Amino acid sequence: MLRMTSAVVGMTLALGLPANAQNYPTRPISMIVPFAAGGPTDVIARIVADPMSRLLGQQIVIENVAGAGGTTGITRAAGAKPDGYTIMMGHMGTHGVAPALYPNLKYNPATDFTPIGNAAGTPIIIVAKKNHPAKDLKEFVAWVAKEGDKANQAYAGTASVSHTTGILLVSMIPGAKSTLVPYTGTGPALNDLIAGQVDFMTDQIVNVVEQIKGGAIKAYGIATPKRSPALPDLPTTIEAGLPSYQVSAWNAVFGPKGMPADVTAKLQDVLNKALDDPNARKRLDELGAVVPEGADRGGAALQKLVESEVARWSPVIKDAMAKEKK
Amino acid sequence: MDTLAHLANGFSLALTPINLLWCLVGVTVGTAIGVLPGLGPALTIALLLPLTYKVDATSAFILFAGIYYGAMYGGSTTSILLNTPGESASIVTSLEGNRMARNGRAGAALSTAAIGSFVAGTIGTIGLTFVAEPIVRFALKFGPAEYFSLMVLSFVTVSAVLGNSALRGLTALVVGIFLGMIGIDLQTGQPRFAFGVTELLDGINVLIVAVGLFAVGETLYLAAHGKSGPPEVLEVKDSIWMSAADWGRSWKAWIRGSLVGFPIGAMPAGGAEVPTFLSYWMEKRFSKHQHEFGTVGAIEGVAGPEAANNASAAGVLVPMLALGLPTSATAAIMLSAFQSYGINPGPQLLDTQPALVWSLIASLYIGNVMLLVLNLPLVGLWVKILKVPEPLLYAGILVFATIGTYGISRSVVDLLLLYAMGIMGYLMRRFDFPTAPVIIGMILGPLAEQEFRRAMTISQGDLTIFLTRPLSLTLLIIAFLGVAGPWIWSRLRKPAAV
Repeated sequence: MLRMTSAVVGMTLALGLPANAQNYPTRPISMIVPFAAGGPTDVIARIVADPMSRLLGQQIVIENVAGAGGTTGITRAAGAKPDGYTIMMGHMGTHGVAPALYPNLKYNPATDFTPIGNAAGTPIIIVAKKNHPAKDLKEFVAWVAKEGDKANQAYAGTASVSHTTGILLVSMIPGAKSTLVPYTGTGPALNDLIAGQVDFMTDQIVNVVEQIKGGAIKAYGIATPKRSPALPDLPTTIEAGLPSYQVSAWNAVFGPKGMPADVTAKLQDVLNKALDDPNARKRLDELGAVVPEGADRGGAALQKLVESEVARWSPVIKDAMAKEKK
Repeated sequence: MDTLAHLANGFSLALTPINLLWCLVGVTVGTAIGVLPGLGPALTIALLLPLTYKVDATSAFILFAGIYYGAMYGGSTTSILLNTPGESASIVTSLEGNRMARNGRAGAALSTAAIGSFVAGTIGTIGLTFVAEPIVRFALKFGPAEYFSLMVLSFVTVSAVLGNSALRGLTALVVGIFLGMIGIDLQTGQPRFAFGVTELLDGINVLIVAVGLFAVGETLYLAAHGKSGPPEVLEVKDSIWMSAADWGRSWKAWIRGSLVGFPIGAMPAGGAEVPTFLSYWMEKRFSKHQHEFGTVGAIEGVAGPEAANNASAAGVLVPMLALGLPTSATAAIMLSAFQSYGINPGPQLLDTQPALVWSLIASLYIGNVMLLVLNLPLVGLWVKILKVPEPLLYAGILVFATIGTYGISRSVVDLLLLYAMGIMGYLMRRFDFPTAPVIIGMILGPLAEQEFRRAMTISQGDLTIFLTRPLSLTLLIIAFLGVAGPWIWSRLRKPAAV
């Protein structure tokens, strides 16, 4: 009897245990991307998933689950079985801004996930209509402060990167109070910026680099410590006089909470190698994306990033929302 | 001249056997996904993105272009046969198309949709070839004020679908506007009428409402009021092809639809549905066969909107190729496919990658011809679906609608909505409320609201912005004439007649 019970217990344990890491993965892995196909996060996820799939010997299938600023997809992924077969591409919005923006958020970015590693960030650029009077960033800052709510600032909808980074920019200019003009996506917002219907916006380098090169819009600064090879003539915000404005839309790989340590370690290792894959690196460079190096890689660094980002965005967003209500 | 030389070069690149094969695969897959509700070209191209690692750029874009155009062709098929639109731009097609099908004229409806798609696709592609630059400059003149006025003009369309009672029609319109309001308000970020349901935050998909009201509502109505006795079979009268009279009524509608669809498609906020509304309204207004609209089905009402839909699909490519801006989900994915070849599309795309762009445009011409050749013989096959006995046919429609709805976002909330809309559709039919105004209100309401508030925001609350901008004023005047014109006209003529 005892033997039978232990056999049953043994079998249950064997069945209940997640696939052990020596064999992991034995079937395709689903990577949930919480935004529509074709956007920057989706493009980065696909670039990174390609070498990861080859290293794992199993295909990583991209699944786009868009909605509610990315929180729909992340909520779904957070509830998946933590066996390493469902992972996700989290984002500055979903794992940094969302807790402040969505009071009823069903997950906690800092405690409900297994951080695997930061993948790539896309630096933010301050852009304006091409006939904007300001010649450089200093003049632009003065202009925004002077114009008050006559300065029209476009953004791509609630919780979009251009929304939150735009709010952050204005919060850093004393006396500034722009009028926010919402659009249903980056395309329509940029279109009206090119046409001169609105004055300025902030957006990820990948969305605006060709428009800047083609002279359709003008750029005042890139919010990173170093200039981008994609736009070598564009000064950083540090050089141009607004050093506190440092922001990139980071994209990072997470798993659901409670993943086995060996599975997590394997995914971290594979992500690390994928980021050094020459082909993936070349494509990320072409997008103007910045890949984390050294100590900024891996789960522990990502955990720290999430905690600091939640702390950073919370007051900015709450302040902006309070102003909006007035 | 230069353009023609580029285009010839594009054809020489696209007309290789292997590229023709990719084009054929693309249009076939495109037609298939167009027929299936819930699976659109955006999702399909996204699934095929890994191909870009293995196939050269020209072939990949020829494949994608085939899928894109093919889906536009296929979308009308289920609208006409099953009253189940496969994509939002073919909702209007179902209004007259399904009436025709139920009066034994499915073949003519499918044919005019297919040939109209070909004519419009070709006109749109010619527009893309020769007038992309001026069209882009024109589209950039459209700011929020102009878009609002365009939406006001589109609202005039409602007058074409009000039905017997203006009060009931307008009630349906308001219900539609209400449904359109559900979700997060773009301006303030506050949820409206979402009742704490996360799935409602991004609003209700108009396709679910259309399929619920039209297909499910219809099925429930038949089930509740159906005759007993042996099951009936819808018969296919006449020839399955178009008669000389059909051709005579269709060709002008194709041209008119194309001319409306292409420029509006090129506008980033124009949307794919607005030109189909405008075209439907125009056709009804100018038709000599008023009595056929909404009864036995008027062929112009299929030909015009279907042409507008396909021409606007070509229009969408204008800002994509001329500015590098994605203005639709499919365009966004095609742009990201460009990026996987190391090409960042932008205002200089035509200068830096002429061979690729022109072979893409050439493949659009080729794809159009292939689609016509592929789709016309299919008409004969499709009409056989109607030979299925009615109870089985409608049961099949329910299954089809349910699977398609689940496919859109794999959400149970969507399924509940589909059947709630179905019950509403049943009640509306039972009490003689028209359902089409619901769809118009749902699409135009939020667009008009957003553009109005955006215009107000930019102008710091100055209402005269709609009247001081010439384009906006012109559109408002046309809208006014659209509503009041017939009345004024009859007033002016009366004294002369008496």
